Amino acid sequence: MTYALQAEGLVKRFGRTTALAGLDLCAEPGTVLGVLGPNGAGKTTAIRVLATLARPDGGTARVHGLDVVRQAQQVRRLIALCGQHTTVDEELTGLGNLVMIGRLLDLPKADAVRRATGLLDRFELGDAAGRPVAGYSSGMRRRLDLAASLVGRPRVVFLDEPSVGLDPGRREDLWRIIRGLAAEGATVLLTTQYLEEADALADRVAVVDGGRTIAHGSPAELKRLVGGQAIAVRPARADDVDAVMSIMAGVAGRRPERVNRHEVVVPVEGDGAVVAMMQRFRGAGIPVSELSLRLPSLDEAFLALTGTRRRVEDNQDSSEVAA
Amino acid sequence: MTTTMDGRYGHLRRLRLLRHSLVLARRSLAKTARNPGAVINGVVTPALFLVLFVYLFGGAVAGSTGAYLQYLFPGILVMSAGLAGMLSTGVALTIDMRKGVFDRFRSLPIGRSAPLLGSLVADVVRYAAAVAILFGIGYLLGFRAQAGLPHALAAAALAIGFGFCLSWLTVLLAVLVRDENAVLAFSFFAFLPLQLGTSLAAPADTLPGWLRAWAQANPVTHVMDASRALLTGAPAGDSVALSLAWSAGLLVVFCPLAVLAYSRRQ
Repeated sequence: MTYALQAEGLVKRFGRTTALAGLDLCAEPGTVLGVLGPNGAGKTTAIRVLATLARPDGGTARVHGLDVVRQAQQVRRLIALCGQHTTVDEELTGLGNLVMIGRLLDLPKADAVRRATGLLDRFELGDAAGRPVAGYSSGMRRRLDLAASLVGRPRVVFLDEPSVGLDPGRREDLWRIIRGLAAEGATVLLTTQYLEEADALADRVAVVDGGRTIAHGSPAELKRLVGGQAIAVRPARADDVDAVMSIMAGVAGRRPERVNRHEVVVPVEGDGAVVAMMQRFRGAGIPVSELSLRLPSLDEAFLALTGTRRRVEDNQDSSEVAA
Repeated sequence: MTTTMDGRYGHLRRLRLLRHSLVLARRSLAKTARNPGAVINGVVTPALFLVLFVYLFGGAVAGSTGAYLQYLFPGILVMSAGLAGMLSTGVALTIDMRKGVFDRFRSLPIGRSAPLLGSLVADVVRYAAAVAILFGIGYLLGFRAQAGLPHALAAAALAIGFGFCLSWLTVLLAVLVRDENAVLAFSFFAFLPLQLGTSLAAPADTLPGWLRAWAQANPVTHVMDASRALLTGAPAGDSVALSLAWSAGLLVVFCPLAVLAYSRRQ
């Protein structure tokens, strides 16, 4: 099958810095690919290469089978880019901004106005359509910026850290819009530093660090990859905590950790541990108000992935970190 | 299908480039209409020089303010177009690049040079506006184009054309340094020798030797002389030909360099 997005071994250097050191990415049509990584991991550079703004120094990148270097102009008909900074013009109205993009996409004037009006309504900017963007709030600007990238009905949308600077309520709105895009069949690549965001939106997540993909999979697969599922127990009576801890230690074979006054967590391997623990609690007559099997959060997964890699590298030049 | 259209029908592609450039020129002009700083700069500075020089020195230099106005105004006109050329496009380009606006444009299926061309087309309109306003101010002060309307239009066209060709130098600078403050500083420092080290305020042969040598080598002097000849019927010499040659030379050298630097920028 043809991937909507496929990058293989992308390399990009800026002078002596290597921004991409053999990056691999792929996304099936109609899915959301989350590219997760810390600052300087190469996320923005990857988007710039895929969106035909920067030429890779090595490797290949394709959008719906079209090469981003040799068939750049055809790729541009399929994609839309929404960068970190809002790129709408302050001096123009919301409508003016969108109509201009429509005209640049060769829409006849009437169609451009119709398309712009539709998008403004969809992004709840209909009332502000005739006002200059200078008077818009930052949330409105961001929505207008996203609307501007959708004028051409792109099949692939690149969103570079879309929710930076949005308050939580607005972030939910944005997430709804992004899910809507994928539901309509567009492929979305979004970069983020928020693990929560990748977990909430992405069908697949690529974890990027140092210009390389260090892990690739569904959020659930990534969590499994990191391993370390854990059982969390909340005894009904606070006095039982010590007894609960010793039972948990017996089943799991390691020391549980007391997260707070009422909750104890221990990492376990295998699925039998939950049942075994419940039986022991019942046998000991200890009432438990909550017992749950937890997968690690993407946050922990990310730390484990990047942390491990760093530690391996560190070991080569210093042994202190080994402990 | 689109590939064969793009590849086989080159004129269609050029037509699209033209249309996209005009859309972007309208964007640039709409921005100016809301925020007319560049045009005001291109008018106010020359107008200030005009009023100051005419009323402060006019009597002493030319015997009367009216006579000096006739000498000074054609040069001020050239200064206005040149100043607007050095300020507007270069500065606007760096701002657009910094804000990522050009990234959006460049991810659209439009010609790579369309944003650049659009900005420059808008510039020509801005120069024309600045020159027209300046003509109005000159008229109010008492300046009359003695050589007739066609010659006056030719002088305006010459000044605008020179401003346009000169602006490619600042465009190149803007694309290379990507910092509007650097472009502004350059324009400010270039202003003195380029615009004032000329026959603007007095004929070049009345200047001291070193300054005369510079003024006679300075292309702006030729354009000012040509403007003066066309507007007041002063002897033209080879100033018109030299102005056209310099304009063409600036364009031929800096336009390809700027376009190259611009489309290579990543």
